[in-house]
Parts: sequence; C-alpha cells; structure tokens
Amino acid sequence: MKPFTTLTAIAAPLDMANVDTDRIIPVRFLRKLRNEKAGYDPYLFHDMRFDNNGNEIADFVLNRPAYRKAGILVAGANFGCGSSREGAVYALLDYGIQAVIAPSFGDIHYANELQNGMLPVTLPEEICRGLRGQLQAQPGATLAIDLPAQTVTDTEGTAHPFMIDPVYKERLLKGLDDIGLVLENTPVIESFETRYHGERPWLA
Amino acid sequence: MVSPRTLFDKIWDSHVITERPGGDALLHIDRNFVHEGSFHAFGALAKEGRKVRKPRQNFAVADHYVPTVGRERGLDATEDADARHMIQLLEENCRINNVAHFGMDDERQGIVHVIGPELGITQPGLTITCGDSHTSTHGALGAYAFGTGASQLKQILATQCLWLKKPKTLRVTVNGRLAPGVTGKDVVLAIIAKIGTAGATGHVIEFAGPAIRGLTIEGRLTVCNMAIEAGGRAGMIAPDDAVYEYLHGREYAPKGADWERALAQWRALPSDEGARFDREVTLDGSALEPMLTWGTSPEEALPVSGRIPDPQSLGDADKRAHALQALAYMDLKPGMALTDIRIDRAFIGSCTNGRIEDLRAAAAVLKGRKSMIPAWISPGSTTLKAQAEAEGLHRIFLDAGVEWRASGCSSCAAMNGDKVPPGLRCASTSNRNFEGRQGKGARTHLMSPAMAAAAMVTGRVTDVRQLLAGH
Repeated sequence: MKPFTTLTAIAAPLDMANVDTDRIIPVRFLRKLRNEKAGYDPYLFHDMRFDNNGNEIADFVLNRPAYRKAGILVAGANFGCGSSREGAVYALLDYGIQAVIAPSFGDIHYANELQNGMLPVTLPEEICRGLRGQLQAQPGATLAIDLPAQTVTDTEGTAHPFMIDPVYKERLLKGLDDIGLVLENTPVIESFETRYHGERPWLA
Repeated sequence: MVSPRTLFDKIWDSHVITERPGGDALLHIDRNFVHEGSFHAFGALAKEGRKVRKPRQNFAVADHYVPTVGRERGLDATEDADARHMIQLLEENCRINNVAHFGMDDERQGIVHVIGPELGITQPGLTITCGDSHTSTHGALGAYAFGTGASQLKQILATQCLWLKKPKTLRVTVNGRLAPGVTGKDVVLAIIAKIGTAGATGHVIEFAGPAIRGLTIEGRLTVCNMAIEAGGRAGMIAPDDAVYEYLHGREYAPKGADWERALAQWRALPSDEGARFDREVTLDGSALEPMLTWGTSPEEALPVSGRIPDPQSLGDADKRAHALQALAYMDLKPGMALTDIRIDRAFIGSCTNGRIEDLRAAAAVLKGRKSMIPAWISPGSTTLKAQAEAEGLHRIFLDAGVEWRASGCSSCAAMNGDKVPPGLRCASTSNRNFEGRQGKGARTHLMSPAMAAAAMVTGRVTDVRQLLAGH
C-alpha cells in the first residue's frame, strides 16, 4: 500500500449530510471489474454527476471547472453511511480523491478508506462548514493536509488540528498491510485456535 | 471479583488472540460468509498467491445477483452477462478454495442473513463477518456480527482473523408490550427515527427490555438487521431459551454431547447484572404504532398516523437540507397525511423481512383480498419458500394477484434487475430508502410486511390495524 504523509490538493465542497455509499457508487456498477486503466472513476457519484443521457449535470460540484481536479472532498456528517461496498473507495480513489474531510463517517466506509491508503479526516461540524464556505468563495483553492502533524491548513493559512487513532496513523504513514501484521502472529494464532476449538470442537 | 460484563464484552474477550500497543486487538472470526459481491476479495487473495486458510469456517451463497423469476432455467434466467459471470465466479472461487457453496440450484440457497440462522451456522457467542453491512442481523441469536469491505474480507479469508479496535457499547431498552399490529420492523424504525442514522456510530447496540424479549426470533432478526441503519457497528440480543429451541436440530448446530456443552457456554453469555454500557437509550414500546419512512434516509420515519413534517421546522441545518431534498425526490408536500400517499408497487422480502413470520403476516392481510397494484414476494430462502408452500401461503398470495418469486435479495438493492421503475412509489419491507436504491428514480417507503400487504390491498399507505380489525 502507498504511504500517506502530506497532501496539498484542490478541495471540493459537498454540502450534504448522510452521503451514503449508494450515492457514491450506484449498485449497478459494483459488478464491474476494477480495471487498472479505466478503474471506477466514471462511476463516482454517477447519478448526481450525469443525467439519464450520460451528459454531465453542470451544477454538480465535481463538474464545475474549478473543482474537476479535486484531490480532497469536504462533506457533511455521516459520510459513507449505508452499504459496506468498498467500490465507494475505489471510485473516490480512481477519480483522484485521496482524502475526505467530514464531521463523521460511517464505520465500515471509514475502515475501507484506511484499508486503501486514503485518509478520512474528522473535524468538527462548524470547521467543516467553514472550510466548505471558503472553498465555495474561492473555487479551485487548495487545502493542505499534514498527517504527521495532524493538521488541515485552510485557504487563509489557519491550521486545524484533527484527531486520528495512532495505530491507523502509523499504518497510513508506513503504508502497512494488515495481512503482514497478522502473519507475524502465526504461532500465537495457532495456539489460540487449538485451545479455543478444544473447548468448542463443533466450531472447528 | 470479576467486574460485571456485557454480552458484547464476553464475546470480545473470548475472541482476542493478541493485542498491539494502541488498543488494536487481533480477533478470531468463527464464521465468515461470502456472496457474489465478494469477487474483489477473492481476486486480491489469488493475486497474492493465497488461499482460504480455514475453509470449514467459511460459507458461500448466491443471493445478491440471482434472478427471482425463471429459476428453472438456471443461469440462463440471468440476462445480464456481468451478473451471470459473478454467480459463476463465486462457485469457481469456492471450488478452488474448498468452501461450502449454496448455489442457485441448492435447496438451502437464500439470502445470506436468512440462511445463516436457518442452517444453524449462526450461533450465540460467535464472531461472524460478511462483506455486507446487514451482517448485523446474526446478532439476534447473541453473536457479534458485522459487515466489512473487500480488504478486510480478504484478510479474513487469508487468516480467519481481523485487527479491530474495540467498539463502544450502547444499550437500547424497549419497555412495555407492543400493541397488536406493531412488529420488530416498527420497533427498529422507531429507534432509528429517535437516535438517527449516525446515532450509534462506533457502537455495538444491545437491544434489551421486555418488548425486545417478547419478540420472536424472526422479529429479533429484523431489529438487529437494521442496527446498521442507526450507524451501529453491530446489533445484538442476549440469547435465551427461544434461541436454543430455534437452533436445536438445525444442520450446522452442535449435536449430542456438543449441544449440551454449547448450551452451558451460551447460558453464560447474557450481560451481567450491573454491567456498564457507554450509552443508554430507552423507548416505551407500548406507545409504538406501525411505522413507515417518508424520506430518503431510514431516520426519516414516522408513525402511520403522522403527517409529512415541514423541513423548515427542523432545527438542525443539515437535517433540514436533507429533508428538503428528500421531499423533492419523493414528490411529497409538508403537512400531508401519510395515509394519503398513493402506492404504485409493493415488495415483500429481503434479509430484513423475508422470513416465515413475515410471510404469514402478509398472508393474514391478503387472505380473501386482492392487490390493487403490481406486487411481488421473494421469500428469504428456498427452504422457506417450500415451508410457505406447505402452509399454503403461496395460494393466498397468488389468489390476491401477487407474484410469488424465488429467493434472493431481489428489490432491496435491485442488483438482479428487480427494479422499481423511475418515479414510481414502492411500499417495501427492505432496509434502505436511499435515492435510487430500488432503481434510478425509484421512491421507497420502508414498512413492515403487514403494512406492505395493506398497501397492496388499498393502493395507498394504510394502517394495517384497520384492515385486521374489520376482517
């Protein structure tokens, strides 16, 4: 997995709470293979981004010229609630979004972002609203995320500190893979299983 | 003295293999389920040259993409080539990895969260995972069950364990007795309306109290199924005699001496007196009415006697914005009585409400009546389909003009093509009313099977208690 350290990128404001993963990627695209060339980019926010004829909906934030190259999304509370589909993360990543800033996240989606080296940043509601206000006033402006320092620097140069679990932070900074961390523990796992299944032979 | 522990604490403690600094625990996973959508995880596994480490602890079933009509034609009934490929890919991946597979033509096939309990794979005290958010369903038998994405699913397939942070606990106590016509679905919609779709984020919910304890196993499965709709990491209910009776004799349940041994372990699981939860929420179950959703989030739910709220009256700016957008999408106006909403389609089924009790409740309403709208019922499993037919329920449905289909996820997420046409309004017993969930432009009202059957009969939102009383 690619490590995540710092990111300075155009940020797009998404003024919406409870953005569910069905919205991030409609279900009909989940059957598609994630091809290394095309990827899931065309499916991101598909039904908000394109009309029934496949034409862009001009109002949608990522269709506005200034935000097209966004690498950061600033959204409302409970981003990524609903379905566990990891396709939502593939679509964000393949579009070029590497970090989402929101007041809160759906638990499964939060874990899915971390598993793919994306950074979910949790900042208070009023700060997220403030950031979206700045980005609407200055379309195409960038935000700077510094994971080691745990800050998001806004368009006026103010740094907002954010919290992240130290274990998640280390994994992102080093680009560690969970399977590797499991395999280090093989002897402990095997002795656990022997004892556990000894007490519950019907589960083995 | 050991301090009192919750049901969740006990399951967690017994599954921790090791811990890392920072509070990450490596958890043993007893049972993992896969379905057609798990192809990303299998693909990644193969790419790394790995195989499923504990095949006997994994189970596969085709449910999300299977057709619910024309099943006698097998795979040919699936018109979409991608979907057909996914169904085949699951079978292939299971064969390579030696994983038990309940395919489209297996008599045990059904929705993963229905067949787990039905086959006795789901048991009290277990950790259960699946690449599907409604895995919370299995918690109704006293398990810690949760959904994962493809990456974590791959880890489970490769190692049968998972690194996790211990979630917090929330106890939702529902007091009193439910009135006739009020079901598990109404209870859980009322809970979500009260605490919101992010109300339990980061928490495992234990549902407790007399109204919960009074629910059948089917009703409990419905409640835990929608724990995720309140943002919960999992939902669970303490196991009791009703659970043990339900499990006894099922295909994968322990037998003979193992059964006695398991029973002794299960009886020690319920939360101890005085166990502490991080949060507590209480509801009066006796005050509940049949519920339904009016908007595009499961929290936008009201009792059937209610009226569409005025978004301007909502204090929270984001909730106001969501409600405005929802009313536009749903084409509804503030102040309108819910019972004035016209319904165009109805669907009974899904991992939320596709069980025998749900089918019986629908049949009680439909008996001797006709559906005024196109409607279809997809039982939660093929086993259940046979059971319902043995009870003659399918006759009642067919006589009412309702389609009696094969088992699968069907119109809950409409992955198999069982879509609701754009602009049409569907009374649905599923779990999500998100924009486009049942098809692009489809409008979903979530409700119980009895309420959906009532909507079939009248073509509008109807308090089912009126139909049952006058019959």
